[in-house]
Amino acid sequence: MSNADLELAVGAEPVARTQWQLFRRRFFKHRLAVVSLVILILITAACAFASRVAPYDISQLDLSLLGTVTGPSWKHWMGTTDSGVDQFSQILHAGQISLQIGFAVAVLSTLFGVAVGALSGFYGGALDKTISAFTDGFLVVPQLAILAVLLQYFGHSPRVIILVLAGLGWTYVARVSRGQVLSFKEKEFVEAARASGAGGPRIIVRHILPNMVGPIMVNLTLSVAGAVITESTLTFLGYGTQPPDTSWGLMLSQNEGAINDTAKLHLLLFPGLMLLIVVMCVNFLGDGLRDAFDPQATHSR
Amino acid sequence: MLTYIVRRILSSVPVLAVVSFVTFWGLRIAYDPLLKFRSARNAATILPIQRKRLGLDQPIVVQWTKWFGKAVRGDLGVSDRTNNAVWGELMHHMGTTMHLVIWGTVVSAIIAISIGIYSAVKQYSVGDYAFTGLSYIGIAMPPFWFALMAIVALVTWPKVHWNLDQPIFYSIGLHGTGRSGVFNLDYYRHLALPVLTLAVQSIASWSRYMRASMLDVLGADYIRAARAKGVPKRRVVLSHALRNALVPLVTVMALDTAFLVGGLIITEKIYSIPGTGSYFLDSLSAGDAPALLGYTLLTAVIVIAANLVADVLYGVLDPRIRLA
Repeated sequence: MSNADLELAVGAEPVARTQWQLFRRRFFKHRLAVVSLVILILITAACAFASRVAPYDISQLDLSLLGTVTGPSWKHWMGTTDSGVDQFSQILHAGQISLQIGFAVAVLSTLFGVAVGALSGFYGGALDKTISAFTDGFLVVPQLAILAVLLQYFGHSPRVIILVLAGLGWTYVARVSRGQVLSFKEKEFVEAARASGAGGPRIIVRHILPNMVGPIMVNLTLSVAGAVITESTLTFLGYGTQPPDTSWGLMLSQNEGAINDTAKLHLLLFPGLMLLIVVMCVNFLGDGLRDAFDPQATHSR
Repeated sequence: MLTYIVRRILSSVPVLAVVSFVTFWGLRIAYDPLLKFRSARNAATILPIQRKRLGLDQPIVVQWTKWFGKAVRGDLGVSDRTNNAVWGELMHHMGTTMHLVIWGTVVSAIIAISIGIYSAVKQYSVGDYAFTGLSYIGIAMPPFWFALMAIVALVTWPKVHWNLDQPIFYSIGLHGTGRSGVFNLDYYRHLALPVLTLAVQSIASWSRYMRASMLDVLGADYIRAARAKGVPKRRVVLSHALRNALVPLVTVMALDTAFLVGGLIITEKIYSIPGTGSYFLDSLSAGDAPALLGYTLLTAVIVIAANLVADVLYGVLDPRIRLA
């Protein structure tokens, strides 16, 4: 057992618990973040179990309503679509793909971005130069254009969309975590670990990464919002999700004609509201996490 | 200063080279440049000739070097879709896009700065909270959805409910049929919604930056000193504080240029404005590789230029920052 291990074994238990308690207390003080978390969990659960939660079966058309768009009512909370489908049920099903893409892109790009950023920041050299040139290059080209071109070529299934969005999204995370690693690398605790014989990988995993949990989690949260918006925008432009899959962006794209008919306003209003609510909740959650992880940050809000 | 600018321009060449090479290679894989000859009756004889003519028999690096060498001299090749020079087409569309860029930037900057000043001076007032709430909504809202909602609220609804022959604002193009020029009401009735769409997210985020940086500055000692020697509050805010508070905002505005290009694609598509964004979408759906390549290079140059301008302005606004 090395000295570092001994230190951890002795100090870990009580310190870890108080940290977690502090974090929890600070997070629950941020009321907006807590409310947002609850709303997000509710929406995610409702969408995940859409086939059971949804009041109507979206594959079964209400024939009495076929061709007549009806606005919101007690029977159909969000009204019905042109083909007589209950829009609330449709929104729950569409949310599956929107949220799935949002969460998956955030997790994948964060994992990959942190790994690449940590390696290039810690080891420097040719690897760092290559990666920096690459991420700098991505900063100067419009993301939306590149994503549209890539999706046009690779196809439109949810899995492809996730990979393509994450394939571009990691560059930002990599830049952020590289900067963090660069500053931690010079700190005394890393020097101490090195002096006690720890190698590169061990220092990164055991000493540097735990210090970056806060920013990484905040970044992860915020990139969910980014991915959800990007997916809906690309879909609206015609390069994202395609039928028979459905997402909130696709619903908006299919209902675009409603801009000329105020009786169909609900077809544009509700899918967009869902996007807005999810993104706002995610942003508030990110704020809450940032305050909770970083006690030195100003509590100006 | 001049050496700094020259060095920055020179150092951006490698970035442009990397970006354009990756794009060049990717587009060569995605789109077959010989596609239109493959279905010809005498394809067997034409294909080798065309391959040689287009230089496709050479390694990709050589092809790209030739293309890049021409590109820096303003020759971006010929569009597959229209058979016109890509450079000329891009410049033509850029003329239309500039209307949106200039108005969008001016409108968002003025509104965002005003909101930021107000929120900072009246911190924690009802107005400050209202603007804070609105900015959270503005940042979270997908711009294309805002555009759709704006069309319903400002074009369709007034037309239906007040039985107008013509809507108050238009949602298609920049001019009515047979009209041109910028000194008539028709132009502004067309311009209002696209500019609003382009501006809404920038206003939301820039006003937050402005508020934060204004609060920072207002807490500084030299502001207290100015107040103490009897300068009216209004003048302290507008002349002493404003100039210093603008410094960080300039950087944020420049960094958002890449974001603006994306916003232009959406805005021009929704409002059918024939600018560079529409040109990109049309080229993409036609699989026009030379045009896509030209578009990417042009936008990359613009983003790099905007960052350079920001850094130079940074030095002008804050003499303590030395550019070297």
